[in-house]
Amino acid sequence: MKRTCADLHLCVDPNDVERVSRVVSKASRLGYALVAVPFPPRLDEAVVGKVRKECEEFGTELVSRVDLRPRTTEDLLSGLRRLRRRFEVVAVMCESKHVARQAAKDRRVDVLNFPLLDFRRRFFDAAEAELASSSLVSLEVDMGPLLRLEGVARVKLLSNLRREVATAKDFRVPIVVSSGVADEMLMRKPAELVALASLFDLSGVSALDAVSSNPVTIVRRNQGKLDHGFVAPGIRVIRRGRDC
Amino acid sequence: MAIAIESDGSFGSSEFMEVVWGAVLKLYGECGASRAGLSLIDFDIEKKSAVLRTGHNALEMVRAALASITKLGSRPMAVHVLAVSGTIKSLMRNTAP
Repeated sequence: MKRTCADLHLCVDPNDVERVSRVVSKASRLGYALVAVPFPPRLDEAVVGKVRKECEEFGTELVSRVDLRPRTTEDLLSGLRRLRRRFEVVAVMCESKHVARQAAKDRRVDVLNFPLLDFRRRFFDAAEAELASSSLVSLEVDMGPLLRLEGVARVKLLSNLRREVATAKDFRVPIVVSSGVADEMLMRKPAELVALASLFDLSGVSALDAVSSNPVTIVRRNQGKLDHGFVAPGIRVIRRGRDC
Repeated sequence: MAIAIESDGSFGSSEFMEVVWGAVLKLYGECGASRAGLSLIDFDIEKKSAVLRTGHNALEMVRAALASITKLGSRPMAVHVLAVSGTIKSLMRNTAP
């Protein structure tokens, strides 16, 4: 069966519809059936509708995503309270250890993203992975910096990613590989992302899952929760009325 | 493998191969590059396409190296693998429009 490939991190400004159109058309040509664009927390439904329409033209499903950059755990909790029911994917950019720990244990968070170029602030260690594994939070790896960097910086990045991926595998934390780019020229096919993931020892079925089933599972799970009929996991309203 | 090249401007096959070898060398070093068995079979600047030969053991390595290409000189560039096949005949059949 053919896998549905997804790119959960296309860093394009949703207000720039022309650019969104170009990026989504390229994503569709490259073989992505589902893409996520980060929207500002104050979600404008008109903009989402416009972008969704653009995506439908290319046969690609658009998913709304919000990138939270909280400074404190209180900021994170209030952000999640306000935004969880409005976005299909919630990503937390972990810039401090407290935030990273809180995000890893909160079931409302979908993906954890760490600053790729600031190696001192990559807090994905065994403790973080243990918390993430018990709350279905995934680790997101953006490939953009891997393409942009050269020399020692890329060596350091690969070494960090290798260690984090090994930790994630040990604790069965799902890994999501995304492009994380705004430039069309840096977008790559799913098979190419899989090949690049082999550079940090994520290979074979795990790498394929990271660009297909893992991101798609997150999106479908959240779409189910955002559905009007959702009551609790496994329970949903099928029909309302006197004849039920 | 049949590949599509995305780039503005024109360049020759030798320039292209220099970039490909550069990417393989950067990622895998001389020892790794020696295992790739890379050679250029066909190059068409009009169609922006090329056919590369590589050993099947080194396929993922070459795929990763091609994906890591971002520029030729100062011009942005991207290389995408269109199809992979064991023979040139079936490769042409797979990539025929």
